[in-house]
Amino acid sequence: MNTWRKMQQSYFLHSFLRDPLAVGSLFILLLLVIASFGAPLIAPHNPYDTTTIDILDSELPPIWLEKSDSRFLLGTDSQGRDMLSTMLYGMRVSIIIGLGAVFLQAVMGILIGLVAGYKGKRLDAFLMRLADVQLSFSTYMVAIFFGALFQAAFGMGMYEEFAIPLLIFIIGFAEWPQYARTVRASVMAEKKKEYVEAARVIGLRPGRIMWRHILPNTLTSVLVISTVQVANAIMSEAALSFIGLGMPVTRPSLGSLIKAGFDYIFSGSWWITLFPGLALVLLILSVNLLGDWLRDFLNPKLYKE
Amino acid sequence: MPRKTLISIQNVVKHFDISGGWLDQLKFSGGRLVRRKTVVRAVNDVSLDIEQGETLSVVGESGCGKSTLARTVMRLYPPDSGQVLYRGQRIDNLSSSDMKTYRTRMQMVFQDPYASLNPRMSVRQILEEPIRFLRGTLRRDEIQEAVAAIMLQVGVDPDWRDRYPHEFSGGQRQRISIARALAVDPEFIVADEPIAALDVSIQAQILNLMMDLQQERGLTYMFISHDLSVVKHISSRVAVMYLGTVCELARAGTVFQSPRHPYTQALLSAIPRLGEQGFRHERLKGDVPTPIQLPSGCVFHGRCRYADGRCVKEIPRLRQVDEQTMTACHAVEEGRI
Amino acid sequence: MADRDNLLSVKDLIIRFQLRQGALTAVNRVSFDLAKGERLGLVGESGAGKSVTGFGILNLISKPGRITHGSIRFEGRELTQMSEEEMRRIRGNRISMIFQDPMMTLNPVLTIGTQMVETLLAHKPISRREATEIALDRINRVSISSPQKRLEQYPHEFSGGMRQRIVIAIALLTSPALIIADEPTTALDVTIQADILELLLHLCDTEKTGLILITHDLAVVSQVTERIAVMYAGTIVETGATGQIIRNPQHPYTQGLLAALPQNVPAGGRLKQIPGVMPGPSRIPAGCPFNTRCALCEEVCRTVQPPLEPKQAGCLAACHLLN
Ligand SMILES: Nc1ncnc2c1ncn2[C@@H]1O[C@H](COP(=O)(O)OP(=O)(O)O)[C@@H](O)[C@H]1O
Ligand SMILES: Nc1ncnc2c1ncn2[C@@H]1O[C@H](COP(=O)(O)OP(=O)(O)O)[C@@H](O)[C@H]1O
Ligand code: SF4
Ligand SMILES: [Mg+2]
Ligand SMILES: [Mg+2]
Repeated sequence: MNTWRKMQQSYFLHSFLRDPLAVGSLFILLLLVIASFGAPLIAPHNPYDTTTIDILDSELPPIWLEKSDSRFLLGTDSQGRDMLSTMLYGMRVSIIIGLGAVFLQAVMGILIGLVAGYKGKRLDAFLMRLADVQLSFSTYMVAIFFGALFQAAFGMGMYEEFAIPLLIFIIGFAEWPQYARTVRASVMAEKKKEYVEAARVIGLRPGRIMWRHILPNTLTSVLVISTVQVANAIMSEAALSFIGLGMPVTRPSLGSLIKAGFDYIFSGSWWITLFPGLALVLLILSVNLLGDWLRDFLNPKLYKE
Repeated sequence: MPRKTLISIQNVVKHFDISGGWLDQLKFSGGRLVRRKTVVRAVNDVSLDIEQGETLSVVGESGCGKSTLARTVMRLYPPDSGQVLYRGQRIDNLSSSDMKTYRTRMQMVFQDPYASLNPRMSVRQILEEPIRFLRGTLRRDEIQEAVAAIMLQVGVDPDWRDRYPHEFSGGQRQRISIARALAVDPEFIVADEPIAALDVSIQAQILNLMMDLQQERGLTYMFISHDLSVVKHISSRVAVMYLGTVCELARAGTVFQSPRHPYTQALLSAIPRLGEQGFRHERLKGDVPTPIQLPSGCVFHGRCRYADGRCVKEIPRLRQVDEQTMTACHAVEEGRI
Repeated sequence: MADRDNLLSVKDLIIRFQLRQGALTAVNRVSFDLAKGERLGLVGESGAGKSVTGFGILNLISKPGRITHGSIRFEGRELTQMSEEEMRRIRGNRISMIFQDPMMTLNPVLTIGTQMVETLLAHKPISRREATEIALDRINRVSISSPQKRLEQYPHEFSGGMRQRIVIAIALLTSPALIIADEPTTALDVTIQADILELLLHLCDTEKTGLILITHDLAVVSQVTERIAVMYAGTIVETGATGQIIRNPQHPYTQGLLAALPQNVPAGGRLKQIPGVMPGPSRIPAGCPFNTRCALCEEVCRTVQPPLEPKQAGCLAACHLLN
């Protein structure tokens, strides 16, 4: 087993290293992730600490422009927060929400897809119609609904506190059908295979067959859509924040930074919006490119001897 | 003195509804919208007894219902009507927990050595699972011993137990498949085309293994195949199926020497003959009809050269024609063949 | 064999696949001749290199693969040297190919008639009318009833056996000199298989068309062909007259293959098995490729690859222990 594993891994590595785009993407992605999660250590300022922020520093340009301040490498925003630090913290929020939402989507979607695909018939039809209904409500409608509900119940103060888990819930809840559909399709393909019948001949219970036999064989497709879904979730969060349904400006994500900066574009402070925008594009692009590579690698046609 | 009947298949019918959802069933017919189901009549009123210790082969062309019959016997499909008895006990209507005791007695080997082993499980996991589940009283080391013993018996080196299926050749995978079936120490094995996907030299290895195991363990086989020379070699009795019905059931020697049913005659005449130039087979007219619209009367009548008016109307029943043979054919019954 | 009788002559053909893990030799120094109108059976286990040899003759080896050595002379012309344009004029015209899956040949969105007429027009300077005439004639010859109506039908309206008949009709369109049939009946049931093979045999016989029948089934080959070439791990290990090879095989592999058939053992008896499996192209041992499974293997078999040469029995075989 070990020799084969090693071979496979080295082949994985080999084909990865031969693709400069994939290597470059991974490099950038790692850089972004490490920088944002290391933000408390790396960032020159702490944007969450209001005592260190001086409103007089607001809208300072990046240091290569006139009237800049050498303390703020990429300038400051309208509240006088260091752009670089705010972005790093914001990217961390974006990534946490993206991963959290995808985790929730995956758990819901895999469970529902597994049951629908394996049980078939009425239950399948019901669950898939449910998925259709869910998809026909856009993420924004779900966000407006739950956002409004939450704010009405607990007030705006609580909202700022619980914005991250709430957004994870909203985006996760709104987009589980993607997972459910993918998993269902591969479950339907797998359950026709004879190893599943062999498991039934042994008399194993449906739960065990689904969990132990079918699920592991659907994980490659889950892995592939997960990359797309992480990128999508980060985008959704940014979009929600941009229209004011997401992270509050006091705890900004990349999306709310872009939005906050947007109001100042015409007064000349383009950097407040441009840098978070670039960071977002870089983040999404690197995730998607890696996902593309992974999909090509796992494509069974290219996988043969 | 006849031997004991192990499995008794009685009037089993299995149809598949393939008409999909409610909306797919709506059809225009004669200017009106009607709801119509599309049903594949895969197995129609099949009765067979399998005696203890024998190899009963089921032969027939693809789509004639062999696998469906096998899966119904194994309770992978519930029969639409009819019953399956195991040593006189009805098993087709048992709950899964009552069925559990029978799962240790009857097991199945599948056709495709590439699809019948879970690619994400090691050989050890594949073989331990049935033992753990069905012989739950064994201790850990006993289970491991059992796995090693069974691997040895089917001719796979027990040192390879931690490998995954893709590391084995087709023949070895089929050995592992057989080992999985044997792991719970069954007395009856359904083998659905176990050698169809293998090369000739490997086929011989697997057939020998199956024959050896039968001798050592007194196994009873229901052996499904479309390869008639293999069937001739391994079986004690042969059931010939056509379009979901059994048309002839006879001792193997008899059926290959003197087939009675017109379809059996045509089928056997078409076996490729080693060392004979040219062809002398009996040509059948037309194609096999679809099991969605079964012909009336004898399902073979459209292609049969002995067919007459009675054949179009009346379904022939499987009848004893002599000591060795049962056929379902009016012409045989009337002495026209 | 006098050269004017010779249709196809393959010499020392080597076909390799350049893969990420290194080069695989799928066909290793294969040589055989085919006279005009002769029927040759290419038999062997799956992976022996039969299909690759068949594709190689048509110069149809796709990308990672390449003919790296050898010559293929067909009707006096060297196929390995031909341009793609010249090859196209030979493929489907002088040499036709029939596959296991008829849908490799048939286009699902065109009627049978359109496909046949287009094929003819591509190769022959004739009118559409004449082409239709020929198409009708060929459909007739493969014993399909009401040909006029059939020409207007689509492939999915036919059963598997019928489709294979139509593929044969298409293969016959241009009256080729050679048909290469790669497992043409493997997916079919025995009754239909017998019909199709009988048809193929009859047509090749009456039209004096050469046939290379690729199959794993020795019985099939023995019924249809005049000569057999047995392939093992990319090489031909034995070749000779069909009857003689079936009755009196010389090479240990051919012997083992025939002995393993249930036909050759009393019912219920133990089958003679060849131990082990055929090595894949990446694991072919040095010396004789069969040495890992051969009961007679000697020292020389492990070091020197035996050439395919005439043996006393009258066949050609690649084995050190025969003379
Ligand atoms: N699960 C299924 N759903 C619908 N139709 C089926 C199913 N299984 C088999 N059939 C149909 O039933 C008929 C008999 O199939 P099968 O028992 O697999 O035949 P065999 O094993 O003899 O080739 C075929 O027409 C096949 O298409
Ligand atoms: N496209 C390909 N890429 C890599 N290897 C190939 C390819 N086609 C065939 N081969 C190799 O060539 C060998 C012979 O294949 P083939 O001629 O198809 O065998 P068969 O005798 O069953 O027709 C196989 O073992 C396979 O590994
Ligand atoms: S019952 Fe009639 S149609 Fe059927 S096989 Fe006998 S003679 Fe032929
Ligand atoms: Mg079947
Ligand atoms: Mg092939």
